[in-house]
Amino acid sequence: MDIEEAPESLKHIKHIVLILSGKGGVGKSSVTTQTALTLVNKGFKVGVLDIDLTGPSLPRMFGLENKQVFQGTNGWIPVYIDSSKKLSIMSLGFLLNDRGNSVVWRGPKKTAMIKQFIKDVAWDKDLDYLLIDTPPGTSDEHISIAEELKFANPDGAIIVTTPQNVATSDVKKELNFCKKVNFKPLGIVENMSGFICPHCEECTNIFSSGGGKLLSEQFNIPYLGNVPIDPTFVELIEVQRTSEETLLGLYDKANLKPLFDEIIQKVLDQNIPSRTELLN
Amino acid sequence: MIAVETRVNKGIEQLDNPHLKAPEPEHCPGPESENAGKGDACEGCANKDICESLPKGPDPDIPLINQRLASIDHKILVLSGKGGVGKSTFTSMLSWALAADPDLEVGAMDLDICGPSLPRMLGAEGETIHESNSGWTPVYVNDNLGMMSIGFMLPESDSAIIWRGAKKNGLIKQFLKDVDWGRLDYLIVDTPPGTSDEHISVNTYLKESGIDGALIVTTPQEVALLDVRKEIDFCRKANIKVLGIVENMSGFVCPNCKGESQIFRATTGGGKALAEELNIPFLGSVPLDPRIGKACDSGESFLDLYPDSPASTAILDVVEALIDSVENA
Repeated sequence: MDIEEAPESLKHIKHIVLILSGKGGVGKSSVTTQTALTLVNKGFKVGVLDIDLTGPSLPRMFGLENKQVFQGTNGWIPVYIDSSKKLSIMSLGFLLNDRGNSVVWRGPKKTAMIKQFIKDVAWDKDLDYLLIDTPPGTSDEHISIAEELKFANPDGAIIVTTPQNVATSDVKKELNFCKKVNFKPLGIVENMSGFICPHCEECTNIFSSGGGKLLSEQFNIPYLGNVPIDPTFVELIEVQRTSEETLLGLYDKANLKPLFDEIIQKVLDQNIPSRTELLN
Repeated sequence: MIAVETRVNKGIEQLDNPHLKAPEPEHCPGPESENAGKGDACEGCANKDICESLPKGPDPDIPLINQRLASIDHKILVLSGKGGVGKSTFTSMLSWALAADPDLEVGAMDLDICGPSLPRMLGAEGETIHESNSGWTPVYVNDNLGMMSIGFMLPESDSAIIWRGAKKNGLIKQFLKDVDWGRLDYLIVDTPPGTSDEHISVNTYLKESGIDGALIVTTPQEVALLDVRKEIDFCRKANIKVLGIVENMSGFVCPNCKGESQIFRATTGGGKALAEELNIPFLGSVPLDPRIGKACDSGESFLDLYPDSPASTAILDVVEALIDSVENA
């Protein structure tokens, strides 16, 4: 028998946002990372769940490789990025012994893992946002998360794409998936949109440009903005391990921060009511 | 000849858990396995009786697959744990490059069910698959270059394929069993990112007929290498020979000032260091060229359009190294 209400572990979370894209390598995890950092900078308390089981990138993005998940009285305790406890992460990457180990799982096992991630993680009681980072495609992980969130009333999904046709045609499939499972697209982010040459400041559209904007017009979805390729962001991720400063502090000075401020503001301006108000 | 689309859809619906009445539990040994109905997870599973009574032993379709693929000389998988590193781009380049030799017969198969890109990249979008007595006829982009993808079977190009693993496995099996490739020198198999159903299935089905090996595609940054390590670990576990690593998108030359920059910086040494660490041949690196993406979008061969570009030279070098390692194996 199906229980027709949100899982207990998610009941107190005010907003749930998914990060989706049909295509791989377009920057779902970097958009998730930057969305999380931006939201924390705006004063929210954020949790991030990584359901990319065969290629979890978030532990590395947040500089948390080799951290472990502990079992608390209320369930698995997510990993906090620093002592301020404003940002916590849960990923399968934390549960592997060796970073090179592969997780060779067929569908049913992935489904069970996602169920556990949804039911057994003890997120903070006053969490404002839960971001869910997903793998590419429209398969087991996506069907499972849609089933788990069926009664949880998520805010919707941020769709990430890159500008070229090969990518947008996969993203169209993802938008049709959203329609089928009732995830509301909150908007489209066009990532890797141009590269500014550090030598001459000339912007080259390596993966062409405008594909995201076009897509948003075709599907009548808000366009949140385009993010250029910025090698300093990749570098920031890599240096955080050796740096004195925290990731939050480093990101505060990053070139992309003002851009993401704008993008996230466009989502916040949609004034989606808190789930807790709706439920109570 | 009739379009197979409806038949495919019907066939696939039957393939999705043909006999089971409940979803498989977490540690399901697999309804076709030796332990079906006897494993620990089977206790209390609604399917227990069904699984116990199903026929056991090796998949009866494997001999059929072997027979079908017997006239293919070399089978190469293109793999990467990470998405968007250029698996499909490289598959198309490799296919174009091989098919440039009129004496070779080449086939390209797209196993990315949820995001098929090969039809567009090889300029065959909008084609449909036809069926004859001898099986499904591949779509021919050239006299000597055929291809097969789920992209040819969709009612609309935007339709989402929202399938769980079991259903994808069914289609992969049909691709291997029912496609009438004829005699081929090379079959290049493009895969989706990850190490899951598609990868396990293609390995299981091809094990007996033999895979020459896998070409691993990566990009230089550590976040990508991390996933690629997992894919190589998978190859070791599955006994697939790694033919080599190619590093894609490494370095970018500004068309304006000719200054070179590292877009995806190889902070940990990139593909080359990984190849050395894991003792795998490093086949070369291909620079980022905006014209590659454009050629792929329009389905043309980048190698034909810009034969003198540094990227073309780099790609051809990799292809040559790859062919050497396959022919001399």
